Amino acid sequence: MDVLEYPFDSNYLILNRKRLRKELLSKDYGLICKIAILGGSTTSEVKNVLELFLLNEGIKPEFYESEYNQFYEDAMFGNESLESFKPDIIYIHTTMRNLHHFPSIEDTEDEVQEKFAEELKTYENIWESLKRFNAPIIQNNFELPPYRLLGNKDFSDYHGRVNYINRLNNAFSEAARKISGLYIADINYVASCYGLDCWFNEATYCLYKYAMDMKAIPYLAFNLAHLIKAIYGKNKKALVVDLDNTLWGGVIGDDGVTGIRIGSDTPGGEVFYHFQQYLLEESKMGNILLVNSKNDEDIALEGLNHPSSLLRPDDFTLIKANWNAKSENIKEMAETLDLGADSFVFIDDNPAERKEVKDRIAGIAAPNIMNPEDYIRIIDHNGYFEVLNLTEEDLKKKDVYRSNAERKKMMSSSLSYTDYLKDLHMHATIKPFEDIYLDRITQLTNKSNQFNLTTKRYTLEQISALSNNDNYLCIYGKLSDIFGDNGLISVIIGKIKNNELHIELWLMSCRVLKRNMEHAMLDELISLAKKKNLEYIYGYYYPTNKNKMVMNFYDDMGFTPLESDDNHKTYILEVNKYENKNNIIEVN
Amino acid sequence: MSREEIREKLNQVFIDLFDDESIVLSDETTANDIEDWDSLEHINLIIAIEQEFNIKFNMNEVTTMKNVGEMIDIIASRLGA
Repeated sequence: MDVLEYPFDSNYLILNRKRLRKELLSKDYGLICKIAILGGSTTSEVKNVLELFLLNEGIKPEFYESEYNQFYEDAMFGNESLESFKPDIIYIHTTMRNLHHFPSIEDTEDEVQEKFAEELKTYENIWESLKRFNAPIIQNNFELPPYRLLGNKDFSDYHGRVNYINRLNNAFSEAARKISGLYIADINYVASCYGLDCWFNEATYCLYKYAMDMKAIPYLAFNLAHLIKAIYGKNKKALVVDLDNTLWGGVIGDDGVTGIRIGSDTPGGEVFYHFQQYLLEESKMGNILLVNSKNDEDIALEGLNHPSSLLRPDDFTLIKANWNAKSENIKEMAETLDLGADSFVFIDDNPAERKEVKDRIAGIAAPNIMNPEDYIRIIDHNGYFEVLNLTEEDLKKKDVYRSNAERKKMMSSSLSYTDYLKDLHMHATIKPFEDIYLDRITQLTNKSNQFNLTTKRYTLEQISALSNNDNYLCIYGKLSDIFGDNGLISVIIGKIKNNELHIELWLMSCRVLKRNMEHAMLDELISLAKKKNLEYIYGYYYPTNKNKMVMNFYDDMGFTPLESDDNHKTYILEVNKYENKNNIIEVN
Repeated sequence: MSREEIREKLNQVFIDLFDDESIVLSDETTANDIEDWDSLEHINLIIAIEQEFNIKFNMNEVTTMKNVGEMIDIIASRLGA
C-alpha cells in the first residue's frame, strides 16, 4: 500500500487507520508473529500503527501489551498471560522518559558513574531475564533530552543529560554486539530525523503518557517494522534502476553521451554522482544492482562508460536496455537470478513506469522518489535492506548471482542436462550444524518459502539450542562449482524419537534448484542416521501458497506415503533399503 | 464557517476515524454514545480534528470539552466565526 511507504502522512494514517486495517486484514497471511510489547509509557497507538506496517509486509501480528509502565516487572517477574503468550519477538518500548538516575549538578564524577551503572544494570537484568523466552529482543535506545541545563556543555560534562544518554546508548550498542538476539531500535536516530522539538509533546505526555508526539509514532513504528520484517527474512535483495534522469541527468538518446549530467563538476551532475555513490555502497552490502531502461543497449552502455560515471557496466549483475515493458524485463531478470520479483526495489523517476511495474508485479517496491535530491533519503528511510547480522554470504551475494547467470549460459551450450551438471564440477560440504553458520542457517529458515517442506521458522536462539541437542540431527549443505561458491544453501532438521528420525525442516535455496543437491543431502542424512542406529525416516509436507514446487518431493525421493489430508502429508523411508542417489556432486 | 458547517465536517472526521458510516453527531453527543470513543481514541480524535480545521487545542480544552457541542464552540471560536 502506497500510503504505508515513506514518505507517509501521519495525519492520514491516524484518521484512516481502522479502514486500512480492515482492508489489509481481508487478505490471507501465511506468517503470524506474536509480539510482546513491554512498555515504559503508553503503547496502544504504537501497537496499532505497527500492526498496519507489518500487515503491509505480509506479517500478521498478535500482541501482548504490558500494563502501563510495567516493562520491568513483566520482564523480571513475568505474569501468567505473558508466559502463556509465548512471544516470537519481544519489544521493549522504553524512552528517555524512563531514565531515573540522571546526574544532578552536585554529584561527583564517582556518584554519576554509580548512577549510570545502576541505570544500565536495569536493562542488563531485563535482557538476561527475558532469555527464558528464547525470542529475539528489540530494545529502544534513548532519544536526546528536550532541554539542556548546561547548554552545549551538556554534551561534554558528566553532569549533562546529553552526555549521560550518549554514554548509555554506547553501552547499549556494546551489549547488542555481545548478546546474540538483542537488536537495538535506534529511536535516537528516528527522533533526530523527526526533529526533537516536534518529537516531544509535553501535553500528550501529561495527558496520555505517550512518550512522543502522536504524529511521530508512525515513524517509530515504521522503523520497528523494518527490524521485524528483517528478522523474518523479508528484506529486499536487489535495486533495479532506470538510467535517464535516475542515474544521470538528461536523456542520453536525445542529449548524447556528452549532454548527460553526471560527475561532481556541476551541481546538476553532483546530485546524480552522490546517488551513484549510494548505490555502489548498497551493492557492497550484498544488494545487487540491475539496470532496467528504455534505451538501445549500446547507447545505455555509452552512458555507463561516461568518464564521470561512478557506476560501471560491471557493477550491475544484469543490464536490460530495450523497449520492452519494464515489468517484463523485471520478470525475466528475476527468473535468470532465481529470485522473487517481490524482493526487488524498482527505482525510476517516471511515475507511469512505476505504476506499470507495481500493477503487474505483486509485492515489488517502487517508491515515489520525487526529485534527484530526495532519492537517497527516500530509499534509505524505507528500510528495504535492514541489516541484522552481516553474514559472509551477504557480502558475497553479488558474485553468486552473477555466476548464476553464467551457469544459465553454459546450460544452453551443454549436450544434455546431465552433461551440464557434470561440467559444473560441483563440490558440496554437508555436515552437522557448526557455530559459525548459525546466523546464516537462521536467516535461511526465515526466508525460504518455495523449496521448504514445512515452512517452520526458527530464531537464532532456537537454532543454537537445536545444534547442541542430542535428540536432534541437524545438517547444513554448502555447494560450490566452477563458477563460484553458492555458500550455505540447504538445511535439514530432524528430531530423533527412539529409532525414528522425524524431519521437521528441509529447505533449500532456489538458487541451487535442479543441481542434485537434495540427493546429496539425503545420502548424507541417511549415512548419519545409520551411525545413530536409526531405522526409519519420517518426512512431512505442509502446503502453503508458495511451496507447491515440493508437493511431491518425498515421492520423488523414494519415500512411501503414509497418510495425507488437505493440511499435510506424511511419508516414511526405511534406512536399510536406501540406496545412495547422488553420483554427480563430490561431497565433503 | 457556520456551526452547522463545522458539525458536518466534524461528522465526517468521526465517520473516518471510527470507520462507522452510521455516526450522526448532535450537540449532546458524548463519548458514551459512540462505542469506540474511549480515552485511547480521544487523542487520535483530537489530532484528526486539529488537522481537519487547521487549529490547535490547548491542553486544558482537550480535557474539559464535555460533548460535541462544546467541541464545536471551541472550533468556532478558533476559526473566528
